[in-house]
Amino acid sequence: MDISKSAGAVQVTDHRPVKLATRGVNLFYGQFQALRNISLDMPDKAVTAIIGPSGCGKSSYLRLFNRMNDLIPGARVTGLVEVDGMDIYQRDVDAVDLRRRIGMVFQRPNPFPMSIFDNVAFGPRRHGKKDRAELAAIVETSLRQAALWDEVKDKLQQSGLTLSGGQQQRLCIARVLAVHPEVILMDEPCSALDPGATLKIEDLMRTLCARYPIVIVTHNMQQAARVSDVTAFFMIDHQKAGVLIESGPTSELFTNPKEKCTEDYITGRFG
Amino acid sequence: MEIRAVYRRQLREIQDEILVMGSMVEKALASSIGALKSRDIETAKRIIADDEKVNRNRFEIEERCIQLIATQQPLAGDLRIIIAVLNIIVELERIGDYAVGIARIVVLTGDEPPIKPLIDIPRMTDKAILMLREGLQAFIARDAQAARATAARDDEVDTLYIQVYRELLTFMTEDPRTITRASRLMQVAHNLERSADRVTNICERVEYAVTGKMQETRMKGR
Repeated sequence: MDISKSAGAVQVTDHRPVKLATRGVNLFYGQFQALRNISLDMPDKAVTAIIGPSGCGKSSYLRLFNRMNDLIPGARVTGLVEVDGMDIYQRDVDAVDLRRRIGMVFQRPNPFPMSIFDNVAFGPRRHGKKDRAELAAIVETSLRQAALWDEVKDKLQQSGLTLSGGQQQRLCIARVLAVHPEVILMDEPCSALDPGATLKIEDLMRTLCARYPIVIVTHNMQQAARVSDVTAFFMIDHQKAGVLIESGPTSELFTNPKEKCTEDYITGRFG
Repeated sequence: MEIRAVYRRQLREIQDEILVMGSMVEKALASSIGALKSRDIETAKRIIADDEKVNRNRFEIEERCIQLIATQQPLAGDLRIIIAVLNIIVELERIGDYAVGIARIVVLTGDEPPIKPLIDIPRMTDKAILMLREGLQAFIARDAQAARATAARDDEVDTLYIQVYRELLTFMTEDPRTITRASRLMQVAHNLERSADRVTNICERVEYAVTGKMQETRMKGR
């Protein structure tokens, strides 16, 4: 399988302005190279899906943008990782502030063991907001944006952990929205949810992308096809490093991919 | 073991079915002109009755495609093949209808003597049938170039059609008593010309299945 052909080329993915971009990015965990020479543009106010087989570096790539890989000992990044054209790996970039700007939703819903209200108010409070009325407004807006308000408005003081899995995941999205992020990263946000809850999150993503760029890592190709505007396909090269094979408008990538390797993956010939 | 072996087999079976349907239609078209030549009303009636099988075949293939889409979520090249099949079966069914149209004319004409020996109409038939065969072969072989070459040959059928048309028009002007018979032959030639047009549609679908490009290859019906 020839996967060297497209690796390294900058892939312009959409006509919208670019929000996130990488240029020749390599990621190492100690001696192991997890990502090789990834150059990709991701548009603003759109959903970008990253697909690929297990171990291809999709999640590692996602974590570049809020510098979560920094937390792993021995992790090292070379190349450019940009948000709005600014290199976020510059020394003077405050990683804590960056993580506010770049929100993240994880595979398993992880509400804090506190009330629904406090879960959503947690971020704003950490960023110095104390006024009760202001916090209440933020909580309501965020829960509304996360399509959860109607279900929880009468029980805001209940523990977040009493909610169903799908509701917990929307609570986590509300928690991200409460700190007014610039970007929302989602790492397999529906993999622990049932089909109904999954469709709610997908609808939510389509609504939220009018305001935020969203990048989602998913194993579910139908989900990528349903929710994203742009899809990037990652693979593992001969040294087990993740490489970008191709990216493009989702409708094209799923009907007429350029690379045979992509075709083989999305039609289920391997992976 | 091949990944998604059952799905792959179903996808292959649908394409085999297209070939079966193609050969049914080809046979109907060839037999209709054979019946016209020999004034064989019995054969003509059988062609009309057998069209039911072609129609049934089309629905069966369509049903299988829908099942695959609903249960297997085909993508990329696989999806394009299924979409192409869904279109090709409609074209094949219509070619079957043209054969029925010719067979009805045979029944209608009965034992009436022909106004002239049939020369260009059998030629049109041979060309249309060859196009049909090659168009379906191009589909199975995923050969867009062969599909384009096949579609290009529609011009030859069109040229013959114009020739037949003019000739029959001359008959009608010279001897109004031939009008009924000549206009029936015109209808036969028209059905053949349309059959070849349908093959060019099939070729467009082959090109789509192979390249993902949707475009008209020929100017039809000139």
